[in-house]
Amino acid sequence: MSRTLLLIGTRKGCFLAGSDEDRRSWELRGPFCEGWPVYHAIFEPESGTIFAAAASEWHGSVVWRSPDLGETWSHSSEGIAYDDDRKLSKVSNLAAAHGRVRVSVEAPGIFESRDGGETWSLLSTLAGQPGSESWDDPANQPPGHLGISALMDDPDDADRSWAIVQGIGLFETADGGATWTPRNRGLRADWPREHEEVGYCVHKVVRSPVDGDRMFQQNHVGMHRSDDAGGTWTEITEGLPTEFGFAAAVHPHDRDTFFVIPLDPGHGRTMPDGKAAVWRTQDAGSSWQRIDEGLPQQDAHLGVLREGMAVDTCDVPGFYFGTSTGQVFASADEGSSWAEIASYLPAISSVEVAIVD
Amino acid sequence: MAELHLPRTLAPLFPDLPRRLEVDAPTVDGAIDELETRWPGLRDRLCEPGPAIRRHIHVYVDRERADLSTPLNAESRVDVIAAISGG
Repeated sequence: MSRTLLLIGTRKGCFLAGSDEDRRSWELRGPFCEGWPVYHAIFEPESGTIFAAAASEWHGSVVWRSPDLGETWSHSSEGIAYDDDRKLSKVSNLAAAHGRVRVSVEAPGIFESRDGGETWSLLSTLAGQPGSESWDDPANQPPGHLGISALMDDPDDADRSWAIVQGIGLFETADGGATWTPRNRGLRADWPREHEEVGYCVHKVVRSPVDGDRMFQQNHVGMHRSDDAGGTWTEITEGLPTEFGFAAAVHPHDRDTFFVIPLDPGHGRTMPDGKAAVWRTQDAGSSWQRIDEGLPQQDAHLGVLREGMAVDTCDVPGFYFGTSTGQVFASADEGSSWAEIASYLPAISSVEVAIVD
Repeated sequence: MAELHLPRTLAPLFPDLPRRLEVDAPTVDGAIDELETRWPGLRDRLCEPGPAIRRHIHVYVDRERADLSTPLNAESRVDVIAAISGG
């Protein structure tokens, strides 16, 4: 019988929550990765390996891996380093497909492993792209918080993938990372920009599994939809309580249904009015519904980060999100109602979900 | 043989790495080389490219703050500390 496995990256290690097919009762295990800050943990189905990108203030950045669903762990940073004066302060985001694993880092770069995470090599720094003179300026190096915050593979094309550079924008490669193209047309920016095609603050991009041309984007300023795989973007913010947020998830079987968690855009960046809610569109952003059944509606100042929301692939998909105050909420009915399945974890950076045998 | 004391955070990262061990090396850098030979990958946990000791790793030789070039002798005590960055 298959099981549902949540992979939860936190400020104090990786946790795993398992459930049977009904996704109502959860068993929590962890912390793993020796309590290191884990920024993203994923499950790679071909080998059945869990990978976790972690960065310790003391011991640097590594990618942890577990071949047996968390029973044993090892780690490596072999090859995750620049050979020039660029400083590598953090590994951020993982993507696994086509027999490889990639991890993004700050200062901006992508490293790749083709031996299951034992060794890594530099794939690209997006050198020469507009804006790269800024992120390659030593004066702007971390802790300036510029990095590649997200990677997204094309499941059908090994050479095609996308990367988000913080504060710069979305880029696509169609040749395995050799060259890149900015994909930010139509986005909004409420600040001066030095280049026509970059200077946008892309927080999260998700792509419909049933229509590869359909993407949704949570931006620093607004929600946006693309119907041509990122070629152009149309704003769909109207109807949402704020234009700001980090997390987003797309329905696995319906190209028009998509979820976001709007946050106050100020310093706090928590759910508005202390009332927790997930917002759903079922018409590609023409209208939005507030969903709060099962979510706290008083004194709930919850934040959810970029990788904090996930969706499984069941016929009736389950949705999940984790907060920066350590709660995990799950929905087994396509996001219509929610239950708190973990309450006291460390601050959560990421939630991913896998169906495992 | 210099006496080397390692931080609590390091030992779980490598199989059978003790908190305290003896090394025969002319410098701190040489001591870390010896550790790397026995526990591959360990150098990266203490040093960053340069090479230099990581920012929040402090090394003391006989109670004096040291760097990679600090010499060791047979009577040296080397303390490697995971400093600050807690909480």
